Amino acid sequence: MKHSNIINHPQFTREGRPVAFSPNILNKVQSLMNRYPEGGQKSALLPVLHIAQEELGGYLSVDVMDYVAALLGIQPIEVYEVATFYSMFYLDKMGKYVIEVCRTGPCAISGGEQILAHLQDVLEIQPGETTPDGVFTLKEVECLGSCGTGPVMQVNTEYYEKLTPGKVDRLLEELREYANKNKPGDSTWVKKFC
Amino acid sequence: MGEKILLANIDIPGIRGFDVYRANGGYAAVEKALLEMTAAQVSAEINRSGLRGRGGAGFPTGLKWSFLDRKSDKPRYLVCNADESEPGTFKDRYLMHHLPHLLIEGLIISSFTLGVNTCYIYIRGEFKYLVGILENAIREARQHGFLGEHILGTDFSLNIYVHPGAGAYICGEETALLESLEGKRGNPRIKPPFPAFKGLYGCPTVVNNVETLATVGPIVNMGGDVYAKIGRGKSTGTKLISACGNINNPGVYEIEMGLPVEDFIYSPEYCGGIARDKYLKAVIPGGSSVPILPADLILNTAKGEKRLMTYESLAEGDFESGTMLGSGGFIVYDEDACIVRNTWNLTRFYHHESCGQCSPCREGTGWMEKVLYRIEHGQGRMSDIDLLVRVAKNIEGNTICPLGDAAAWPVASAIRHFRHEFEEHVLHPAAVLEKERSLIKFF
Ligand SMILES: Cc1cc2nc3c(=O)[nH]c(=O)nc-3n(C[C@H](O)[C@H](O)[C@H](O)COP(=O)(O)O)c2cc1C
Ligand code: SF4
Ligand code: FES
Repeated sequence: MKHSNIINHPQFTREGRPVAFSPNILNKVQSLMNRYPEGGQKSALLPVLHIAQEELGGYLSVDVMDYVAALLGIQPIEVYEVATFYSMFYLDKMGKYVIEVCRTGPCAISGGEQILAHLQDVLEIQPGETTPDGVFTLKEVECLGSCGTGPVMQVNTEYYEKLTPGKVDRLLEELREYANKNKPGDSTWVKKFC
Repeated sequence: MGEKILLANIDIPGIRGFDVYRANGGYAAVEKALLEMTAAQVSAEINRSGLRGRGGAGFPTGLKWSFLDRKSDKPRYLVCNADESEPGTFKDRYLMHHLPHLLIEGLIISSFTLGVNTCYIYIRGEFKYLVGILENAIREARQHGFLGEHILGTDFSLNIYVHPGAGAYICGEETALLESLEGKRGNPRIKPPFPAFKGLYGCPTVVNNVETLATVGPIVNMGGDVYAKIGRGKSTGTKLISACGNINNPGVYEIEMGLPVEDFIYSPEYCGGIARDKYLKAVIPGGSSVPILPADLILNTAKGEKRLMTYESLAEGDFESGTMLGSGGFIVYDEDACIVRNTWNLTRFYHHESCGQCSPCREGTGWMEKVLYRIEHGQGRMSDIDLLVRVAKNIEGNTICPLGDAAAWPVASAIRHFRHEFEEHVLHPAAVLEKERSLIKFF
């Protein structure tokens, strides 16, 4: 399964900033593409969009999508189609921490609705909105596959389970501190509190 | 204590890593299959075991494998369905988290049997932390000669790749999964052609669930006949059940098929009874898509026999008074649960997750959600209840993929068994809302 080497065509934002992966990431993209057979390079689209979202600003702007299209040798529309279908791809700027609260049945009967209400109260935003300081975005999502330890939410890629309003408060406090120090969230948190 | 096959070694410290896994009998099944057996012999063992797909439909695995087009000169693919997004289901996550090598072993043996050289694990994007665990297990297996070229010195070569999805329940449906794996929207394909003939990249493909594939190694070890003796009737072996809702011990349990439902709910070894000493009201035993049953019908069939945890017993009574084993997502509701609210919640889920290709599903789920919302929020009319039944009926069977049915059954069954609650909501909305507010739970 070998593809010809990918060609890096940086895109430019409206302000003229280039949009491009670092050489390291480009290598990763290349090896991802090699996982799929000749002619199947489009298969790398979802994994590459995950990387693009992580590396290029936290959401998929049109510039980023166009860049990914050029990288994989597919039409921009093929990227837009996919980016708009899947709930994990964000099309708008997000807060530093995206809080995704599970709202589905099993979580709802074990207190999930109250966790969402509590977050709305404390953060003073509605689902879909970002706090004015740009630290938190609140979202409702469907079943996270963790129903036995509900209520559950995901903050960026971490799972937080068996939530109570008290635990939520402590987590928010901790994340705010990290946000100030510009560090990513601490992945040991789950073990500490759950 | 029932027989444990998949989770027998789960408590051994370090079992996630290759060395400990190997020291406890790991990869013996791969050696046995690749060095002592032919592909046809492994197939025969799987056939004899009576193993049925654990992803939801319960289709016999050996039979599914026999459909794979072996005449085609195109490459064949095995795709492991690790999309696990059915509400109430969290067993595959547990299995992959604790025993990644059990899955890898199953993938190697299955690929050998099917003549596959490339295998993809399609895992839901939210399980990002599992990707590292799986890729690490793959690396270890490769280092020890169980993956890559000429495995164990044979002619058989295999590569396994982990492929993340990006948040879409529908990608658990096998043809939507294949579309997604090809880098497209997860729109289910019209069948036929079936994946066994035209699957991934138009090549012959088998799609199996994580738990199904993880069971292949143990079957090779013990032999299909021995496996078939475990369980009951056509529900052979053990099944992972993920139990959640208003019970004392939510979690993942391996049960021998045939365990009475009552024992599963009340035994301290499993669910440990209803939380806070409440009464059992209802159960959805196989993930949110299967019909909900009230307490009396989940414990005993309409004929008065004890209901057992098997495909057949749970389905006893069909849609009138039965349900399905499905994916084993066992959701328990206590006396305080509001069936109307729960039905509205699940319908919102299906509406949100409908891919939108077929009008009955796209429009029907939205319509049902709207009507259920208004009943739950005190603005319902008596005629709404029959309207829901009609809409559900018109979705069922009229769509490309089974998500349509999965959205229709919860509504139809909730009304069939709990019509009085819907009527109560229409007749006394204020009283019902007041009661629900008083039951808000904080844990
Ligand atoms: C809407 C929908 C969602 C599904 N989700 C899953 C899933 O998350 N995991 C899974 O293994 N099977 C899922 N299935 C079933 C698959 O289509 C397929 O039957 C299964 O992967 C086959 O594997 P098995 O034979 O080993 O059970 C889903 C089916 C439908 C219709
Ligand atoms: S039934 Fe629903 S989810 Fe399935 S193909 Fe049709 S619209 Fe899509
Ligand atoms: S319902 Fe919340 S994780 Fe499944």
